[in-house]
Order: sequence, then structure tokens, then C-alpha cells
Amino acid sequence: MATPKEMMTTWDSIQFGAVLPSFEDPKNKVRSKFNSFNYKVADWRVEKPVFNRNLCIDCDFCWVFCPDSCFEVEEVVNKRGKKQAKIVGINYDLCKGCGVCVEVCPTPIKSLLMFSEFVDNDDALKQWPKKEDKKD
Amino acid sequence: MKNITTLKEFACTPDRFNGGHRLCPGCAHGMIVREVINATDDDVVVSTATGCLEVCTAIYPYTSWDVSWLHIGFENAAAGISGAEAMYKALSRKNKSFNPDKNVKFVAFGGDGGTYDIGFQSLSGATERGHDFLYVCLDNEGYMNTGGQRSSATPIGAHTTTSPRGRVSYGEKNRKKDLTMIMAAHGCPYVATATPGSKHWKDMAQKAAKALSTVGPTFINALSPCTTEWKFKPEDTVEISDLAVETCMFPLYEIEDGHKLTINYKPKNKLPVEEYLSKQGRFSHLFKPENRWVIEEIQKEVDRYWEYLLRREEAGV
Ligand SMILES: Cc1ncc(C[n+]2csc(CCOP(=O)(O)OP(=O)(O)O)c2C)c(N)n1
Ligand code: SF4
Ligand code: SF4
Ligand code: SF4
Ligand SMILES: [Mg+2]
Repeated sequence: MATPKEMMTTWDSIQFGAVLPSFEDPKNKVRSKFNSFNYKVADWRVEKPVFNRNLCIDCDFCWVFCPDSCFEVEEVVNKRGKKQAKIVGINYDLCKGCGVCVEVCPTPIKSLLMFSEFVDNDDALKQWPKKEDKKD
Repeated sequence: MKNITTLKEFACTPDRFNGGHRLCPGCAHGMIVREVINATDDDVVVSTATGCLEVCTAIYPYTSWDVSWLHIGFENAAAGISGAEAMYKALSRKNKSFNPDKNVKFVAFGGDGGTYDIGFQSLSGATERGHDFLYVCLDNEGYMNTGGQRSSATPIGAHTTTSPRGRVSYGEKNRKKDLTMIMAAHGCPYVATATPGSKHWKDMAQKAAKALSTVGPTFINALSPCTTEWKFKPEDTVEISDLAVETCMFPLYEIEDGHKLTINYKPKNKLPVEEYLSKQGRFSHLFKPENRWVIEEIQKEVDRYWEYLLRREEAGV
């Protein structure tokens, strides 16, 4: 019997009635090299969102509303023993710079802001607005 | 049924609909599909009607789908998924399915063109035959993948390439078909509306989870703001969804067993429809003095429909 990976990459190996498990390697959640996850749309963008970990409250709004599945999360366990997603970064290969994540970010000073593609992320973090000038 | 309580927990779901697709920046289709697929941990079989979603997520040699996926025509996503479901059932009965220990969900996605119009007969047929599947309509109120022609989902007053505004025309003249109610009238066990508004991620995810765990044909009509053809800035997609709900242009409700209607969200202060219309270029001509009456008509119709929903909910019918 063909393995899921064989069925995912060669037509000849597909078996009748095979509902493929997700992921080429379901255990380690490895995606096939033909998954668009491995394609780059970064050149669509002129501005990029920059993520400020220090301000983030892990509400995960950015994760749920990003149409391009860009937010990288780490599963952590909170004080009450419940699993929750901690935002650890943005996949810049997949980000098209739409700005939705910045709009939905609820922290008083945003934890996500748009910067020109050519600004270094570390420099962007240094330019982050302080409480006083959060209005503009 | 997947228990969806907090976003923090929901966000631990590994995406099976991935980025790297070519939908426009800020396209709501991506938000909706992610939520629906993430609303179950079972194996999923998807069929997609031709439209932005199908075209943009299957560009050779890549696929954005980490689930079994059926490429089908514009008019037959529902026929395709019902065939797959029937075959799977038959193989399971004969003990010939590939992974019998797994639960499998069947989902079809179609645009409004592929659902309200050309795919309606196949959807109606699959529903009437009682297949066990969820159909999600990504309603962006026009044929957007081919450059923005009108469909029977286009609302009155909207400019499209085939209902253009002009010296004498105020845009689309026909009323938007009420497909959600038509699907409920099929006697579906579960029918709902949804949209990716900032307060409504859970509404959508829970509706998807509920529909997926319901046996029989279920339908979700998801308003999908289209930045390119509705003419608003890509970052405003979620805000447009919010305004659609807050103005009651697109009320969030569900209908069980073909009749029991529940309104899922009632705006505290119902906003005037102008708030929604003025944010979108496709309605900009309505704000000219000679077209103002169209806005008044839209408001009247929205008020009437909202009143109808409230009364139906109250009466429990
Ligand atoms: C039978 C048939 N007629 C016409 C087309 C051309 N076509 C491809 S996508 C599309 C529009 C799709 O509109 P909709 O279903 O609303 O989806 P959207 O792109 O708006 O998400 C059309 C007309 C086709 N593929 N097949
Ligand atoms: S800018 Fe758009 S595509 Fe990029 S991470 Fe934010 S929401 Fe996702
Ligand atoms: S929306 Fe803002 S606060 Fe919430 S998880 Fe994302 S970055 Fe953090
Ligand atoms: S045209 Fe509209 S629906 Fe199609 S990909 Fe662009 S934003 Fe999405
Ligand atoms: Mg459409």
C-alpha cells in the first residue's frame, strides 16, 4: 500500500477512497515541497509589518485575521494548564503587506506597525512610538 | 465537534490552508477558508468551484491545500463533493476505505457566482439528496475573478462592469437574492451567515464547527469583502465586515432544521447604511444628489429585513 507521501506526489500511487492525512509527515507537521507554504510572495509588498514582542499580549487576532497564514506561533502552557499560542514572528515569505494585522492589533500602542520594506527591523523597533505620541 | 472557546487555544491549530496563494493582499477569502478548515481536526475533503479561491490556490506546481482537494468546474462544486461523499460512504460500507479509523468531513467552497447563479442547480440537487457535507459560499457580491461582473448576489446600487454607473445609471438595479433563506427552505439541518468581523471570529469558527459536525447538508453564506472590486484599502477588510454587521446590511444569524432562526449578533446602535456604503468605491456615485434616493431605499429595505428577522426570531419560526 502506498504511503501518504507517495500518494501526495505521484498520481500513479493514489488509491481509491484515500482521504489523505494532512501534512506529508503528519507527526512533525512537515508540508510537502509543493505546498504554496514554500512559495514566496514577498515581492508583492512595499511595506511590511514589524512585530514588537515587548508590547504583544498574545490575543492572537493577527493570527486569525491574516489571510496569508503568516503568523508563526509557539504552543505554550499557561498558568492554568491550558495550551495557548504565543506569537513568535512573521513569515515574511508569505506576507503581502496588506496591513490587516496592524489594524486588528488591540494594544494601546500597537504591537504591529507597518514600515517601509527597506527599514531594518531593529531600527524599526527603535523608532517605535512611545505613550506620549501614540495618537499619531 | 471541535470545542472552540478562546482564540489563544484556537490559534494552536496548525494551518492546513496555507499562505503563498495568490489571492489579493487583504482578500477575505483567505480569512474565511482558514477559519473553516481550522474549525475541525478531522481529515477533510474539499472541492472548490472555479473563482478567485480555486484559481489562486492551485497554481502549478503548488497547492495551498494540505487536505484532499478536488479541482472541479465553475458550476459543480456541490455535485463534486456529493460524489466524493457518496463514494467514500460506499467504500466504507465495503470496508475498503483507506483510513477507516478516521472521521472525514466533506466541504465545498464556491464564490457567489458559483453558488447563487451557475452552481445553484448542483447545490440544490446535492442538498435535496441529503449528502453529508458543508457548502461555504464566499460571497463577494460579484464575479471577481473575471474582473467584477454582477451576479444575483450584487446589492442594489453597486457599480460592476456589467451594472455600470453612468449619467443615467445608478449601478445594479436588482435586489440581492436571499440565498441563505432559499437554502433554509430546502430543509437543511443547519444554515448560517458569517463574515470575518473583528468581534466575529468565534461566531464564524463555531458555526463552521457546528456545520461540520451536523449530519446532512449544511450551508454557510460568508460575506467576503473584496478589496479589489469593492474598492477599499486592503487593510480595511475586517472593518468593512464589521460595518456590514453593524449596519445590518449583512445580519449574522443561523437557522436550524429549516425553520428555527436565531440572530447571533444584535448591534447596540444600528448604524446608518451610509457608514458601510461610503467606505467603498463601488457605491461612491450614490452620494451624488441625484442618487441619494437609492441610499434611502437601501436603508428602508435593510430596516424592513432586520425587523423581519427580529420578529421571526421572537416567534420561534
Ligand atoms: C462554465 C464556466 N463559465 C465561465 C467561467 C469563467 N469564470 C471563471 S471564474 C469566474 C467568476 C467567479 O465568480 P465567483 O463565483 O463569484 O467567485 P469569485 O471569483 O468572485 O470569488 C468566471 C465567470 C468558467 N470558469 N466556467
Ligand atoms: S500585512 Fe497582511 S499578509 Fe502580512 S502579516 Fe499582516 S495580515 Fe498577514
Ligand atoms: S494582534 Fe497584536 S497584541 Fe494581539 S497577538 Fe497579534 S501582535 Fe500581539
Ligand atoms: S479580486 Fe477580490 S475576491 Fe478575488 S482575490 Fe482579489 S480581493 Fe479576493
Ligand atoms: Mg464572487
